[in-house]
Amino acid sequence: MLIKLTGGKVYDPASGVAGLIQNVYFKDGRIIDKPGDQPVDKEYDCHGKVVMSGAIDMHTHIGGGKGNIARTMLPEDHRQDPVPRTNITRSGNGHAMPSTYVTGYRYAEMGYTAGFEPAVLPINARQAHMEMADIPILDKGGYVMLGSDDYFLRMLTAKKDQKAINDYVAFTINAAKAIGVKVVNPGGINAFKFNQRKLDLDEQNVHYGVTPRQILQVLATAVKELGISHPLHVHGCNLGVPGNMQTTLDTIQGIGGLPLHLTHIQFHSYGTEGDFKFSSGAAQIAEAVNKNKNITIDVGQILFGQTVTASGDNMRQHANHKFANPNKWVVMDIECDAGCGVVPFKYQDQNFVNALQWAIGLETFLLVDDPWRIFLTTDHPNGAPFTSYPHLIRLLMDRTFRNEVLATIHPEAQKMTTLASINREYTLDEIAIMTRAGAAKLIGLKERGGLAPGYWADITIYTDNVNREAMFSKPDYVFKDGELVVVDGKVVKTKWGTTHIAKPNYDASVEKDLKDYFDRYLTMKLGNFKISDDEITEDERGSLTVHPTKTAI
Amino acid sequence: MAVITEVPSPFCGVGTDDLSIQVDGIALKVVAYGCAVNTPAFEQAIGDSNPRLAGKSVSLEVAVTQAATLLAQTKQPVIGGCATDVHGMRALLSLADRCGAVIDNMGFNAARNNFLALQDSGWMNTTLAEVKNRCDLLLVVGTDLEAIVPRFFERYLWNEAMFLDDSRQRQVIYLGKPPSGNASTSPNGQKAQVLACDDSALPEVVGVLRALVKGQPIRADKAGGIAVADLQSIADKLKAAKYGVVTWGAGALGINSHAELIVQTVSEMIKDINKGTRCSGLPLAGKEGDLTANQVCGWTTGYPARVRFSKGYPEYDPYLYDTHRMLANGEADALVWVNAFNVKAVPPESELPTIVIGRSGMTFAKEPDVFIPVGTPGIDHAGHAYRTDNVVAIRLLKLRESGLPSTGEVLSAIEAEVQGVQHAN
Ligand SMILES: [Zn+2]
Repeated sequence: MLIKLTGGKVYDPASGVAGLIQNVYFKDGRIIDKPGDQPVDKEYDCHGKVVMSGAIDMHTHIGGGKGNIARTMLPEDHRQDPVPRTNITRSGNGHAMPSTYVTGYRYAEMGYTAGFEPAVLPINARQAHMEMADIPILDKGGYVMLGSDDYFLRMLTAKKDQKAINDYVAFTINAAKAIGVKVVNPGGINAFKFNQRKLDLDEQNVHYGVTPRQILQVLATAVKELGISHPLHVHGCNLGVPGNMQTTLDTIQGIGGLPLHLTHIQFHSYGTEGDFKFSSGAAQIAEAVNKNKNITIDVGQILFGQTVTASGDNMRQHANHKFANPNKWVVMDIECDAGCGVVPFKYQDQNFVNALQWAIGLETFLLVDDPWRIFLTTDHPNGAPFTSYPHLIRLLMDRTFRNEVLATIHPEAQKMTTLASINREYTLDEIAIMTRAGAAKLIGLKERGGLAPGYWADITIYTDNVNREAMFSKPDYVFKDGELVVVDGKVVKTKWGTTHIAKPNYDASVEKDLKDYFDRYLTMKLGNFKISDDEITEDERGSLTVHPTKTAI
Repeated sequence: MAVITEVPSPFCGVGTDDLSIQVDGIALKVVAYGCAVNTPAFEQAIGDSNPRLAGKSVSLEVAVTQAATLLAQTKQPVIGGCATDVHGMRALLSLADRCGAVIDNMGFNAARNNFLALQDSGWMNTTLAEVKNRCDLLLVVGTDLEAIVPRFFERYLWNEAMFLDDSRQRQVIYLGKPPSGNASTSPNGQKAQVLACDDSALPEVVGVLRALVKGQPIRADKAGGIAVADLQSIADKLKAAKYGVVTWGAGALGINSHAELIVQTVSEMIKDINKGTRCSGLPLAGKEGDLTANQVCGWTTGYPARVRFSKGYPEYDPYLYDTHRMLANGEADALVWVNAFNVKAVPPESELPTIVIGRSGMTFAKEPDVFIPVGTPGIDHAGHAYRTDNVVAIRLLKLRESGLPSTGEVLSAIEAEVQGVQHAN
């Protein structure tokens, strides 16, 4: 079926198109060139509308054990937001940590067509994939967590060479069916198991004698040498600690030009000035990001209201449990592999710290120059549920609206932020970069995040509206792989997306030592640990899409 | 005849995956690393694998149609058992969503003790490999551990540990039920310390222990028959341990009403201990698909179990949507019973139209209206199941060619026919 989108204003940063009136054609799931005299089967009038590729959330907690703990722990949150079934959609519930089906529907209803789970524990990867397999419409994928696993730390202590590390990292990406590598509080999750309660960049793990700086260096090098497109995804040390801005600056300086993605940087941009010894470090962080082209960031914006934080960083989550609201929380150590912490939070605009966190996130967005190196996230659900993205886009694109909200937050926080003096308003082109072309480039997704011929026809069409929140809340049409899935902000058809993975090459001999380690210390056989292709594809709705690496198998 | 090695088990709850199983046609024999739980579960004969309507053999198609016809006439069926693999649960939840059913997995009265504590105050927990490599002190609360998990000590305690010089030096303390055997005795001969009390005294005993951990003064000399001085020594040991682990079987506490308060007291005590050193809980709950049901229900509905779909969206009530209670109070108009693991886990007696999707070989005192024998995940078809520590999902293997359909296949087929009937109406 040949489909034509006629007369829309196209924003396709991947092709350098910024607001040109163009027709878009697609057929059999793919964008095509203007066809010759082949008849158009269906035409959509897009005059007065904005056409972009489907949005991609490059960091959202949508699959894996900690999310399911968060769901299970918060029945009262679900009761606020029941979602009835329809003839074509399943029932479920929403708010902070929606059920899987509702996750898929609501993302699609905002024009998103892909989401990436950033914290896939190798030992819990099966669960992450099984949950994501129950998220309809979206494409998905995950970054596998390394850096606090005992096997890796033993390698560092034993001074194994970079090649051996690379093999282990590549093995793990393959075994967990991931597309990137993440490190969370480098070595800190492990240190917490030895009763360390904080771990600075140059502080040693008491058992292994290894520092976070070493871990970052070795993993960032591995990712680069393996040719993984997505740079090492870093949740840094000292999350949430006043003064952690300096840790973040040291992390940027110390990595020596290697590609790094610093995630939810808002939580890592705090100074210690002012009466409350809590201040914004956004300007210094943004300056460092602007200067260091090897660095990309996503913001992890907080927005006011009830949510739940779910993180692999059990050390910091344990420290933050005193802020739990409602007062219940879970911290886990997991399988000599990693850990997790789940703490409900209610961000309040009349709380000085929360109000300043809100401002720090926005300052960061507005002070970083290059939209190709910054990404729009709330670290769902940690800063806010993903359903708040349209509101966040309006805050970025509409200075008047932003200043109106600013005027309502805690007065001391207003004094501590430069937000009111920042005039920048994001353009539609910049939004399209952050949420589409830039995200696809960062993750290394081939043929996604753009509208050039050959790309998959993941397309979102909005009615242009000066109220950007209204505009981005309710797309007129969303196409996924060329199929119309959303009309007027409501799902009209469901389907299943693919799972994006990378398959970096490794020396198979790495499995010999691993097998011995698994047999001696772990509770599962190595052969049973590796996720096979058919586990993703056997139910006939999942599929795997392998993206290239420099050393692909 | 072939021997398959490193076979994962869905039966014992701890995800044992070192079994060797000899396959001879459709006969299985566990030839290495069997135990009292796993060996009979794997070796169970298939029995009569024909579907039956009120005891009469029929084809699978006829049975599926009859099940769909029955279900299409119901307003609020209850789907009990829910003992199957991840894919079976997906199909079960899909069917329940369409029929407006209540779903309830078999072991939830036990697991509820854990979930209510989680939903009220949370916990600090750990998983089996952390126990194996880090645990220097194991406190077993109210549970005869080896009776539930026969190989627990062999696999996770008396075994090589990454961070202990001599794993045989680990201390084991029982509080409440004493052990029924000697599995907890260290290879070096060191016996577990046992502070025994009646199950009914457990709430008092753990309450006092928690108070002692917090440093609260206790005026009594004894709690539940145990000397407070002995409890003080446990509190001291927990605080002195580098990585203490407190374990309990949620079902073992069940004779106390509101046993969730025992779990909560223990979990809050563990949080207190973590102000100084490290200590974690290890709730043991669930086998034969219990945790699998809770996990899949969790991500599909937001609630772990006992969900009602009759309003069109999921509602959760851990007490009201109990299969037995609903049947007894006349709140259901049909019973669907799903158990792909255990031929002895038959449905509760009921006068309602009853559909059983059960492990092949299941027999009944009273034949249900529809019985569809299915294969067992991990024997007759591949699948996934959760381990008792609720983090690790194991990949179940297909070991033989029995021709039995999976739970997922049967429930999806029934749902497709229900949908057809609904459309026709
Ligand atoms: Zn995150």
